[in-house]
Amino acid sequence: MLRPLLTLLLGSTLLLGVAAPLAVTAIAGRVMPEQAGGSLVQRGGRIYGSSLIGQDFEGNEWFHPRPSATSAVPYDATSSAASQLGPTSAALLATITERLEGQRDVPADAVTASGSGLDPHISPENARAQVRRVATARNMPAPRVLALVEQNTENRELGLLGEPRVNVLRLNLALDAAR
Amino acid sequence: MTLIGWAQIALVLGIALALAVPVGKWAAALAQGRLGPIAGLDRAVLRVAGVDPSRGQGWQAYLVAMLAFNAAGFVLLYLILRLQGVLPLNPQGFDGVPPFLAFNTAISFVTNTNWQAYSGEAAMSHFSQMAGLTVQNFLSAGTGIALAFAVMRAFAAGGVQQLGNFWADLTRVTLWLLLPIAIVAGFAFIAMGVPQTLEASVTATTLSGAEQIIPLGPVGFQLAIKHLGTNGGGFFGVNSLHPFEGPTALATSLQIILQTVIPFGLCLTFGRIVGDMRQGRALLFVMAGFILVATLAIYAAESSGNPIHQAAGVGSMLGNMEGKDVRFGQALAALFSATTTGASCGAVNAMLDSFTPLGGMVPLFLIQLGEIVPGGVGSGLYGMLIFALLSVFVAGLMVGRTPEYLGKKVQAREVKLAMLAVLVLPAVILGLASIALVIPMGVASLQDAGPHGLSEMLYAYTSAAGNNGSAFGGLTADTPWLDTTLGLAMMLGRFAYLIPVLAIAGSLAAKPRAPEGPGTLPTHGPLFIGLLAGVILILGGLQYLPALALGPIAEHFAMLAGTTF
Repeated sequence: MLRPLLTLLLGSTLLLGVAAPLAVTAIAGRVMPEQAGGSLVQRGGRIYGSSLIGQDFEGNEWFHPRPSATSAVPYDATSSAASQLGPTSAALLATITERLEGQRDVPADAVTASGSGLDPHISPENARAQVRRVATARNMPAPRVLALVEQNTENRELGLLGEPRVNVLRLNLALDAAR
Repeated sequence: MTLIGWAQIALVLGIALALAVPVGKWAAALAQGRLGPIAGLDRAVLRVAGVDPSRGQGWQAYLVAMLAFNAAGFVLLYLILRLQGVLPLNPQGFDGVPPFLAFNTAISFVTNTNWQAYSGEAAMSHFSQMAGLTVQNFLSAGTGIALAFAVMRAFAAGGVQQLGNFWADLTRVTLWLLLPIAIVAGFAFIAMGVPQTLEASVTATTLSGAEQIIPLGPVGFQLAIKHLGTNGGGFFGVNSLHPFEGPTALATSLQIILQTVIPFGLCLTFGRIVGDMRQGRALLFVMAGFILVATLAIYAAESSGNPIHQAAGVGSMLGNMEGKDVRFGQALAALFSATTTGASCGAVNAMLDSFTPLGGMVPLFLIQLGEIVPGGVGSGLYGMLIFALLSVFVAGLMVGRTPEYLGKKVQAREVKLAMLAVLVLPAVILGLASIALVIPMGVASLQDAGPHGLSEMLYAYTSAAGNNGSAFGGLTADTPWLDTTLGLAMMLGRFAYLIPVLAIAGSLAAKPRAPEGPGTLPTHGPLFIGLLAGVILILGGLQYLPALALGPIAEHFAMLAGTTF
């Protein structure tokens, strides 16, 4: 029994734990380096971030991402985290009430923390609700900003899966380019 | 709930069921040693390992081989985790994993639970992830399927002592079933945006000028087996919610398909091996039915949202979005949550702790049913067969006949062993959770007050004993008390369950297969399907009702009344 046990355990550690992942890494690095390397957004030699990982935007001139529960600072990509607060949590209700700032019928994703703490997207409703604020801060006509939102709204995948969404980093990059 | 949401659920579940057909067929070929074009390669591999596939093992020998292999795997993984500070491929410079956490993690991955009391990007080196955790993802899945093969053979044969050869089963399942699918799915995930690199991280300067360190790693390949083997242990802390681990709705759909295709497929494997496809289809029907109803319940609860938050001013259109990311949507989050808990996977694409009370109760209850609808790879099928035996026994009691299943008489010994197996889970879950809820060392881990705190603790022990691995994440899990007792729960849930199961297999294999008589209860028609579903609900679920009433159900009414804690 010792021979099959040791052969299979060590053999699979070498094959499944070392050889296979290294081979997949090497091939993926050749064939699809962009995706394998983290889908980075680069302009003129500067890495702005990853199109998949959300980042924090403050100030009226930017579209704001969803609230993030990562600790230390929001959108800390080294420690993905959710609030993990339950539906009847008083702390959660207080946080949400504070984010609402007295407004009503606010799109849910604008006042709730995402599951990853790194959600790169907001809902189209959330984006549209921010158009007036951004347009005023940037001295741009609101229809122009709204058009950028529409252009940066991604549809469901294959026209069916998931939900329509707006990538906040891409939208803000487009906003900067339109200046 | 929307029509397009239902279309998403129908499409993804439909593809999983369709792919279960070829997967089940290939698994049957592997179980019967019909390897076709790769037979020569298979012989060569087995010869190197010193395994003669034609030398069968009785149930005790099969069990001992399996236990020895798992024990050795535990020791190796424990050492890798403890020593990761001095092992290669540690670009982040992590220290060794502390002893309690390493104990808990090693048991967790060897038992196919993948409960995680750590956050991957902050604790595990690339070497630990690849050569430690990924390897056990394969081997624990292979072990489960091998055991299912042994149990299936017991039903197929008559008057034999042998259940097959553990080493041959494990090797074949791992190399010829799990590995090829994992490689293809791994590349698919990478194409969708999942990183696969040995870099530790990249530093970006964000548009607003801040610095953002983005961790990377060899995620894609590990992600594929994590779902295919119903393991569920995430590379990153937030698991398949992390944009690098679940980049798109398409990726989350592929994960749903991967984590159900083998549990579904093995029903059909069973049909082939016992020579009656209708038997396998009946089991598959029950499994898929539970998943569909559970998905409906979660989808309804989550998309109608939280009335307390809505009263404060949150819009109702998107449903409950706390702990969810935008890209998946409520429908795929519901289907993912139902399949990941039903199938003993334990990965998450939405945070269950922040679900509405009833939306969170469904995943909890699916695990409590015993991880059989459809259950983990292999373990789901042998668990389901135990309930099939209990169902014919209950039916036999009602009409006063000796019960039989597939021509095998089900007698006192089998029923006693089956009851022993199904009592392990409630004893461990309710026993350990109630201790943890009264002693200070346990209570200190709770995050939420009120009934939700009880749900968090109940969920932790349910998830560990059911070998699921998902969590109500508010609980502080990395304490010596929880690391140790949850580790024990995982061990008991896996091994104390499967020892009686293999004993039943041994005793059934020795019995002759009698031909069907006029008094035989057909075990493939609607009557049996209904009976089996009822026995699962009553024998598997009823004992949890008091605990559920104090946790999620009480919280539901508190929520309707607008009470917070």
